[in-house]
Amino acid sequence: MTMTLDAIKENQKVKVIRVSGGWGIRQRLGCLGIHPGDMITIKKSAIMRGPILINIHGNQVALGRGIASRIFVEVIV
Amino acid sequence: MKIALLGQPNSGKSTIFNHVAGYKAVTSNFPGKTVKYETTKFKLFDQLVELVDLPGTYSLTSFDLAELEARKYLLNNNIDVVVNVLDASLLSRSLELTLQLLELRLPMVVCLNMIDEAERKGIRIDIQKLSEILGVPVVSTVALKGKGVKELFSVANQTGMAKKPGKELKFSKDVEDIVSQLSFQIKDEKFKSKPNTPRRFLALKYLENDNYFIENIKTSDKKNLKKIEYFQNLLEESHGRHSDVVISSERHHLSMNIYESVVMLQKPHKSLIDYLDNVLMHSFFGYIFLGLIMFLFFNTVFGIGQMIEEPLLDYLYRLIPLVENNINSATLLFSIISGIIQGLAGGIAIVLPYLFPFLFGLAVLEDLGYLPRIAFLLDAFLHKIGLHGKAIIPFMLGYGCTVPAILATRILESERDRFIASVLSTMIPCAARMTIIFALVAFYISPQAALTIYILNLIVIVVSGKVLSSLLPEVTPGMILEIPAYHIPSIKVVLAKTWLRMKEFIFVAWPLIIVGSTLLSLLQYFKLDTIINQFFSPLTLLLGLPIVVGTTLVFGILRKELSMLMLVQAIGTSDVISVMSATQIMTYTIFIIFYIPCIATIAVLWREIGSKRTLFTMAFTFSIAVALGVITRFIY
Repeated sequence: MTMTLDAIKENQKVKVIRVSGGWGIRQRLGCLGIHPGDMITIKKSAIMRGPILINIHGNQVALGRGIASRIFVEVIV
Repeated sequence: MKIALLGQPNSGKSTIFNHVAGYKAVTSNFPGKTVKYETTKFKLFDQLVELVDLPGTYSLTSFDLAELEARKYLLNNNIDVVVNVLDASLLSRSLELTLQLLELRLPMVVCLNMIDEAERKGIRIDIQKLSEILGVPVVSTVALKGKGVKELFSVANQTGMAKKPGKELKFSKDVEDIVSQLSFQIKDEKFKSKPNTPRRFLALKYLENDNYFIENIKTSDKKNLKKIEYFQNLLEESHGRHSDVVISSERHHLSMNIYESVVMLQKPHKSLIDYLDNVLMHSFFGYIFLGLIMFLFFNTVFGIGQMIEEPLLDYLYRLIPLVENNINSATLLFSIISGIIQGLAGGIAIVLPYLFPFLFGLAVLEDLGYLPRIAFLLDAFLHKIGLHGKAIIPFMLGYGCTVPAILATRILESERDRFIASVLSTMIPCAARMTIIFALVAFYISPQAALTIYILNLIVIVVSGKVLSSLLPEVTPGMILEIPAYHIPSIKVVLAKTWLRMKEFIFVAWPLIIVGSTLLSLLQYFKLDTIINQFFSPLTLLLGLPIVVGTTLVFGILRKELSMLMLVQAIGTSDVISVMSATQIMTYTIFIIFYIPCIATIAVLWREIGSKRTLFTMAFTFSIAVALGVITRFIY
């Protein structure tokens, strides 16, 4: 089932399906290794709708909720 | 020989640069601290080498100011060899930039930095094989310890002499066909903006819809824009994705393939530092630790400062009666000498004792990599004032000095965010203002009173942020921030950085302070200070301050700490509390913190946000200062 990244719970592993958003966001996320098909682990989710912390290709990246809600993913069971 | 260091943010370019240049470029453990390039010249095998440290660049296709700067430099300067610095522990991702650099067809050396960190993570890289695949020399380094840097430059030198670019790595056939068709068109037509830009590179940038290159074509050559759009559509139709995503996915796959063929994954060595984030970024303990760390930090700075200030001040002020015994205190000579002594003493005894431990502590937090963690923790709060988490980095640097803080606002994506963050940064008490808070308020009133000022300051910043963001109601783009691995700070680097920042005080501010206090002595001797004080008397009366402090406010615009040092001189005693009441000290300090930024800040604001907005900032902060000063006067 496709969900957006901000709705994923801590410690879950997901696969990126697509990124919705303009050229700038696509480029920046691509630079950090987030492309369709890549695997992401959600490590932390900050309080008060703060950012989420993900692990992507062995690197930690913090994403604001707004950005995370543009990344469509599929949960890997 | 001209060598350029280029690589992704936080890969260690500036650390390598500092190795040959001495500590000139500020390094820290967060992405994006180098916002403008630094150059140095040094001798290598009897040859003069010019080395450029370019800002961290994720990609050559970008909208980011610092990245565009780096790309412009690469395209417009005749660089003999590019040293592509990679964080070896992030090899797969970093290779994507390496592939883009190969597209530029410049002689290149790949530097696998932080190779020790990669091995700790269990990533073993076959350097020989990587070099064969890319067709460029590969050197591994641990820049923080200086390992491999010498070899790196000797290889870079050879490569630069040989002028041989690396291999041209091709994408999958269907994409490559479209790319080469477009490059072929570029050969025929005259739509190359610069004669020596490689055709394939240009074709890729067009297909990626890169703003700069597309705009260029739009204005000069409408006919060819149609051709580009045709090929973009071709890619989009055959792949069902935006053409820029197709290209970036191709690079991504290529780098993943290279990564898999050169890396042997082993069991990572976990150490205590890997578990640090479990507490420091915890959704509850993270905030407790943040509060604790800040409290301890300022407490230690104050503790050390106070321990040194008191005896040192006593000692230095004993010099004045000594002079008085020998020279008549009514003469001009005495005025000058006592002015110089007071300037010297103020610098040594009042400012340095607080400045050194503060800058040292800030450097430790920066190099450890704590700042991005604070950005993560406070992102939600910063959204409340219309900014996002990354804004905390300029704010934290602002506690050191406002000038680098304003430069650091460049890491924010939108112009509006940069403006708001710049204005708010000017209100953060920098190290100079910290010495005023500590040496006046904490010293003469109480540490609690100093803490109150810091809390009040935060409240004012939050309210101002709310006001500014409601005046500019634009949604801040969300935060995208890498959280780098912790690094144990190297004491040598921390001291070098502290010294670099202290130098600014010792060689720029201190002479100014000595000149300032001598000038004040002269003004007092010729009784000119009364005219200035008279002129400012409406303001000083409004704030309920002694009229003599009027002059010090003027000098405070030159350097903030100057106003405090001159206060001591203006009221004629280092025992401030005997002349000014606690309320007056509080009012004075609060006014000084907020009113008009110092001259260096005004200059950098002018450049970064423009004249109108700078004047607005000055008026805005001045009104806040007056309002708060008056309130303090009546309620404290």
